Amino acid sequence: MVSIENLHKRFNKNVVLNGVDLNIAKGGIFAILGPNGSGKTTLIKSILGMVIPNKGTINVLGKNIKNSSSYRHKIDYLPQIANFPNNLKVGELIKMIKDLRKNTKEDQRLIELFMLQPFLNKKLGNLSGGTKQKVNLVLTFMFDSPLIILDEPTSGLDPISLIRLKHLIQAEKAKGKTILITSHIMSFVEEVSDEIVFLLEGQIYFKGSISELKNKTNQPDFEHAIASILT
Amino acid sequence: MLKILKYSFFDLMRSRWSYVYFAFYLLLGIVLLFLNNDLSKAVITLMNVIIVLVPLIGTIFGVMYYYSSKEFTELLLAQPLKRPSIFLGQYLGVAISLSMSLILGLGIPFIAYGLLKSNTIWDFSLLLITGTFLTLIFTALAFNIALTNENKIKGFGYAILLWLFLAIIYDGLFLMSLVLFEDYPLDKLSLVGTMLNPIDLSRTLILLKLDISALLGYTGAIFKKFFGTNFGLIVSFIMLAVWVVLPVLRIVFKSKKKDF
Repeated sequence: MVSIENLHKRFNKNVVLNGVDLNIAKGGIFAILGPNGSGKTTLIKSILGMVIPNKGTINVLGKNIKNSSSYRHKIDYLPQIANFPNNLKVGELIKMIKDLRKNTKEDQRLIELFMLQPFLNKKLGNLSGGTKQKVNLVLTFMFDSPLIILDEPTSGLDPISLIRLKHLIQAEKAKGKTILITSHIMSFVEEVSDEIVFLLEGQIYFKGSISELKNKTNQPDFEHAIASILT
Repeated sequence: MLKILKYSFFDLMRSRWSYVYFAFYLLLGIVLLFLNNDLSKAVITLMNVIIVLVPLIGTIFGVMYYYSSKEFTELLLAQPLKRPSIFLGQYLGVAISLSMSLILGLGIPFIAYGLLKSNTIWDFSLLLITGTFLTLIFTALAFNIALTNENKIKGFGYAILLWLFLAIIYDGLFLMSLVLFEDYPLDKLSLVGTMLNPIDLSRTLILLKLDISALLGYTGAIFKKFFGTNFGLIVSFIMLAVWVVLPVLRIVFKSKKKDF
């Protein structure tokens, strides 16, 4: 699905990714973990073509993404902080993104699922953080793409929406999609992910299932296993 | 690109600044025409206003729009769109909406005055064409500055400096160099000097067309002698077009390399 070879990225003198090699197979949920500043978002943005690597190649669905934009038709991306143009209304934004990508009817179901109907005529600048995140989720899940990338999907969500999000993720997985998630909520990661990729100092430190990580670190639970890597 | 252009354009059309800008020109046009009653004098006064104000508004609006639509841009970057089409779409959205405020704001009072029947219509159209060129040039320069500077304050600072330099300081330096080197033949130098500054170029272009020798000044006179009126007009237009194309090419080039 996604294969990354020898990826290097630095911002001025700050080396963020230092030779990342990663292969993500088709189907399943992959969590990308790592401490703050370990390069999770940079890695994701490189896959999306928003950050241009200094070195290395990235293939998505078998095609090199360099200088290409059409491959993003196959990716749904949920950005970390839901920053939208403030003077646009929720309904207008959804309509605009549909106009830019392709038409879909899925948005109605998602709007109902996250109970967004009362907000459709409100400006995005007046929404709370959690509501913005729900709009963000609608925009991401309304297109039926084989690869879904979620950057901190849980931030700001209330418990009901969180449960719905988990169902939504499982339903997408059941359709055979590949889902990449970054999160700092370990219980969430443990619950949803099939495999984890641990980034440390710009390199892949560990890739495998959660039980493999527990064995490797000799820790009984996931949270402590992660903590033991960091100490 | 056209979709981005459409959204940027309508976004700006809804903002009140476009209306303020439009209303300003409308008022200026009405005051100059109906209180002055002399069409060619009105055109000269307008020229002086346009040549200073259009670049200023173009730079400030360009920088402001780029920074304030940063979130929108990031949203667009994750969509299957080509980078140059995102930035060129936004650029054209700003430049076209500013040009429209200018053309409509000045055009309406002039048409109401009965310009279509008079002989100054060509002078007036030239004024609007130059104004549109200046908008295109300075908005493109502003986008260049904003693309290169992540820091808003720095970006605004450079934008203002650019305007100040081209609108005011450049002329001073130019004049000083003419005085300093008055013992040498200065024809070539002053020709090149005029071409390198779009504001000077526009001024010369309009004065050439108006054929007011008293206002032409040294450079204008050389321009006229060197190129003749018609050829001079064509050369100036080509130079203005180059001034649009170069910054736009840099927008395309820069946007392909930038990290978001």
